[in-house]
Amino acid sequence: MKIRRIDVLVIGAGASGLTSAIKLAEMGYEVSVVERENTLGGILNQCIHSGFGLHYFNEELTGPEFADRLIGLLPDALYLAPNATVDRLIDDENGLGALVFSPESGITRYSSRAIVLAMGCRERNRGNIHIPGSRPSGVYTAGLAQRLVNIEGYIPGKDVVIVGSGDIGLIMARRMSWVGAKVHCVVEIQPYPSGLTRNIVQCLNDFNIPLHLSHVVTKINGNDRVQSVEISPVSREKERGPGSFTVECDTLLLSVGLVPENELTRKFGIAMNHETSGPKVDSRLMTSKPGVFACGNVLHVHDLVDYACEEAERCAKGVDEFLRGVAPETGGPVVSGANVRYVVPGAYNPGSDNRFYLRPMIVKNKSRLSVRAGEVEIYGKNLPHVQPSEMVEATLSKDALKACSGQTLEVRIE
Amino acid sequence: MKRNMTCIACPLGCSLTVEYSEGLDDVTVTGNRCAKGEVYAREEILAPKRTVTATVSLTAGELSRLPVRTDRALEKELIADLLTELYRIEVSAPVAPGDRVLTDFRGTGVNVIATRRCGSRSDE
Ligand SMILES: Cc1cc2nc3c(=O)[nH]c(=O)nc-3n(C[C@H](O)[C@H](O)[C@H](O)COP(=O)(O)OP(=O)(O)OC[C@H]3O[C@@H](n4cnc5c(N)ncnc54)[C@H](O)[C@@H]3O)c2cc1C
Ligand code: SF4
Repeated sequence: MKIRRIDVLVIGAGASGLTSAIKLAEMGYEVSVVERENTLGGILNQCIHSGFGLHYFNEELTGPEFADRLIGLLPDALYLAPNATVDRLIDDENGLGALVFSPESGITRYSSRAIVLAMGCRERNRGNIHIPGSRPSGVYTAGLAQRLVNIEGYIPGKDVVIVGSGDIGLIMARRMSWVGAKVHCVVEIQPYPSGLTRNIVQCLNDFNIPLHLSHVVTKINGNDRVQSVEISPVSREKERGPGSFTVECDTLLLSVGLVPENELTRKFGIAMNHETSGPKVDSRLMTSKPGVFACGNVLHVHDLVDYACEEAERCAKGVDEFLRGVAPETGGPVVSGANVRYVVPGAYNPGSDNRFYLRPMIVKNKSRLSVRAGEVEIYGKNLPHVQPSEMVEATLSKDALKACSGQTLEVRIE
Repeated sequence: MKRNMTCIACPLGCSLTVEYSEGLDDVTVTGNRCAKGEVYAREEILAPKRTVTATVSLTAGELSRLPVRTDRALEKELIADLLTELYRIEVSAPVAPGDRVLTDFRGTGVNVIATRRCGSRSDE
């Protein structure tokens, strides 16, 4: 078996993996990026719509353009292994590393002083939301349909119903309309849409696609292919009561959420955070296993690529400190309080400014973000509008953190 | 007359209120957090426009579809025609982001450009 010794192994060549690799290579480390697809850019390649890069490149780009910009920044010295899958992480007499399989070069044992996990996320599917009925073909996750249409060039169906009003579902409603399919409706279990208002306007209203809030698909009919779906208001979910209706369609797209891709992480025994489904990390974004870091969608699901890239840069800084043997100052834990699903990272370092990303649990106008040490508010900001699908960012200054060092910080939205 | 709308020019999605006279010569926009919002609201009343993204057929490349976009927003009622035209186009690799696949569509000044890089199959 071949052995490859390097400073840092980056797993995944999406926006996060590429960004951290670029930064680490710029700092002079020998870096390898391993990617299981034969192209670089990850999920960005299938997101052909625009809406990327407003913060990171100060320009509104499509997904592939954003990926191309990042790829253009890759230094020559960086070693890229596309078409190579990390099978498992290891820690043995050869040190920390991973086993990598590739059709071209067989099995390679990477041995590195640090690892950056950047494997992204995957979609929840039908099994995760329990829709009863038959099992015909024509049921796809929205992201898979997006890949089929935008990369492979296949159109999965002509009469479409979409479950879930998150941004991916909305973007696919427009995409399917533009390729000539009829999108009959979008069904959303919550009483409010979960995607951005701009996407409701330009992806649904522009095409007169109805959005059924507080509704669920209660049954899928069809033997070989989907023939129709039954839709009911949430309160009468159990029996097919008044208000229920049937829509004839040949395709059902599920846009019901994303989950960080952490098989490798779990198998390696890294401690997980149940709120994010990603690993637990300290203020440098290091997991419970010394030398193993995480950033981007594998850590928690990001709605903006710009934030994923910012986090990846921060992760590279953490790796650099670790490799130089600089220990972070440990301030204390950061926990989620009222109306906050999670906050990442779950610890702070009073030695510098710290940035946190958090996910609200409520929909509210004119709310306020408050970070407290005991009863004292050490940071606060007004938020014109919060909703669970929009991540909130908070940057706490070194001085504010110094003043409360040692205490637990609680983040809440009120 | 008065119309409420959501600005779609950036993810902030400001709620705009547009007041305008019958002949559309007097339009006032409120609720926008930046100048783009005002432009958007005026256009939305006069002639709504959208940026269009799609894919076109690609030959001789490592990929079979090439993603493309309009380089500026196009009048909404011309979108269907543009898409019909795009589905007829065939581009041959190599191609780079920014390369034009369609120039000055129907005299609107709107061009369609490639958004992904793709080498030719023989480049490998
Ligand atoms: C459908 C969709 C639409 C979006 N729309 C927008 C938008 O309009 N605007 C915006 O700003 N953001 C948007 N986002 C969010 C943003 O694009 C993502 O958050 C960001 O691109 C994620 O980057 P990543 O590197 O963390 O993950 P990914 O891009 O998923 O990259 C992970 C990479 O790791 C590889 N990998 C996984 N496991 C292994 C393994 N074992 N071995 C080797 N390689 C592996 C994968 O193949 C993949 O290439 C969207 C996201 C999705 C999913
Ligand atoms: S008005 Fe400006 S800030 Fe508000 S949504 Fe439009 S572009 Fe964005």
